[in-house]
Amino acid sequence: MSPNDFKTGQDAKHWAEDPRVRDEHRERERERERGDTYKFVESIHFCCTIKFTMFRNQYDTDVTTWSPAGRLFQVEYAMEAVKQGSAAIGLRSKTHVVLACVNKANSELSSHQKKIFKVDDHIGVAIAGLTADGRVLSRYMRNECINYSYTYESPLPVGRLVVQLADKAQVCTQRSWKRPYGVGLLVGGLDESGAHLYYNCPSGNYFEYQAFAIGSRSQAAKTYLERKFESFVDSSRENLIKDALFALRETLQGEKLTSSICTISIVGVGEAFHTLDQETVQGLINEFEVVGEEPPADEAAPPEQGAGTEAALAPAAPAAAAADEGAPADQGVAPMDI
Amino acid sequence: MTKQQANWSPYDNNGGTCVAIAGSDYCVIASDTRMSTGYSILTRDYSKIIQLADKSVMASSGFQADVRALQKVLSARHLLYQHQHNKQMSCPAMAQLLSNTLYYKRFFPYYSFNVLGGLDHEGKGCVYTYDAVGSYERVGYSSQGSGSTLITPFLDNQLKSPSPLLLPAKDAVTPLSETEAIDLVRTCFVSATERDIYTGDKLEIVVLNASGIRREYMELRKD
Repeated sequence: MSPNDFKTGQDAKHWAEDPRVRDEHRERERERERGDTYKFVESIHFCCTIKFTMFRNQYDTDVTTWSPAGRLFQVEYAMEAVKQGSAAIGLRSKTHVVLACVNKANSELSSHQKKIFKVDDHIGVAIAGLTADGRVLSRYMRNECINYSYTYESPLPVGRLVVQLADKAQVCTQRSWKRPYGVGLLVGGLDESGAHLYYNCPSGNYFEYQAFAIGSRSQAAKTYLERKFESFVDSSRENLIKDALFALRETLQGEKLTSSICTISIVGVGEAFHTLDQETVQGLINEFEVVGEEPPADEAAPPEQGAGTEAALAPAAPAAAAADEGAPADQGVAPMDI
Repeated sequence: MTKQQANWSPYDNNGGTCVAIAGSDYCVIASDTRMSTGYSILTRDYSKIIQLADKSVMASSGFQADVRALQKVLSARHLLYQHQHNKQMSCPAMAQLLSNTLYYKRFFPYYSFNVLGGLDHEGKGCVYTYDAVGSYERVGYSSQGSGSTLITPFLDNQLKSPSPLLLPAKDAVTPLSETEAIDLVRTCFVSATERDIYTGDKLEIVVLNASGIRREYMELRKD
C-alpha cells in the first residue's frame, strides 16, 4: 500500500489513468473471460459425451442463444410449460366473452389453484402453465388498468393491455439473466370496439381469437370450437356459456364435468367481469345436460358415485343437492382463493 | 432587502360545508353543493361527497382540485386493496388510509378538510374527522368547511353527552333515530346557509345503513 492508495477527491486519479491499476484491472478482466470460455467449452464437452435423444442440442442453455436454424429453444420450452398446465378456454360473441377453465386440486385435502383473475371490471384473464408467473402478470395487468383509469378516467382498451403484456414477455426473451414467463394467458375483455379475446404466449406474441383453448388436452376443445365458432358471434349469453361448458367437457376425456372442477367467468355489455358461483354453474351443467358419457339413467338406478349422478335427468332442484355435495368441501376454499 | 413574497398561490378555497353524524346502525353524511371562488359562485351543483367503499363515504370541503385528486388516489388504492384481499375495505381501514395519504403530502398538503362516515365492523355508525395533514379521530359527529364554525356549536348542544366531566363515552354514537338525525342535519344547513355566504344552493344527504346507501337532496337559499 502506498500513500497513493489513500488519496481521495482531487488528488486521486481515475483508475484508467493510473497505469498500475489499469493493468491490474485488465488482467482481472482477461481472467474472467477465460473462465467463462472455459466453462462454455466444458458444457459442450459434457453435452457431446452424454447423448440424450430428448436433449436436442447445445443451443438451449441460454435464452439469448440462437440455434443454427434460427430458433430460441428456451422460449419454445416455455411454450411447452403452457401445454402442461390444465386447460383454459375462451370464447367470445359480439357482446360477451366467456373464460372457462379446469380447476383440479392436487389432492382432496388441498384447495384448487386460482386460474382466472379479474383484472378490471371489463377485463379478465385465464391462465395455463406456471400459475405463479400468471399471478405476477395479473398483478401487473391490474396495476396497468388502475393507472390508466386514474390518468384517463376511462377503462384501458384490451388491445393496449395485451401489447404491454406482450412487450413485457418479449423482454424476458432477450436478457441473459431472465427467463421467459412460463404461462399462457387468455385475456378476455370489453371495450369501445367490442368484445375481444386474446392469447398471449411466453414468446411475446399475441393473437386475437374468436375462441381458443390452451393447456393440456386443449386440442379436443379446439376441435369442438373449430366446429362451432362461426355461430359464436351472434350467440346469446347463455349459449356462449353452454358452448364453453361443452368445450371444457371435451378436455376432460370422459371424466364427469361438475362445478367443483371447473370455473366459469363472464364479462359482457352491462355486465362487469365476474366468476359464476358453483351453484349457478352446476345448474347450468344440469340444464345443458353436459354431464358426460353416461347413458340416460333410470330413476330406479341408484347413483354409483357420491356426487350428483342424477344430474343428467333432473332439473334445478337436485342441482342444489349436488352443489351441496361439493360445497362443504369447498367452503374453506374461498378465503384462501386469492 | 425584504423577504420575497409569493406572487401566486397553488391553493384556492372553493368553500362549502360538510357534516357527518353517526347513529347506532346508520351514518348520515351531508354537504352543500355550492362551489365558489372569492366572492363568486362557480357552480351551484357540485357534489363534495364520494362513496369510496360500500361502507365508507367521504365528504370534503376546501380546494376542490385537491379534493378530486385525493378522491382519485383513494379510489385507486381501494381497487388495489380489493384485488389483493378479495374484499372491500372497512371504514376504520379506510380512515387510516386517508390519514396516511394526507400525511404523505405533509410538505405540500391536500387543501382538503374531510369527514369520513360509514359503518364499522359491528354495523354501528362511525364518523372520522380530519385536518388537512391527516390528524384524525373517531367521533360521534363532525363538521368541516366554511360553515363548520356555525354548525359545530349547534351539534355540540344537540348531540354531545350531557356531562363533559365524564370520560368520553366508548359509544360515540348518537341515540337519535335515522329520521331525527337527517332532520337535524337539515336544520344545521338551513341555519348555516343564513349566515355563511359560501354555503347554500342545495343540500346533498347520503345515508348509509345496513340496507345500503341512499341519497337525498334539499333546496337551500341561493343567495
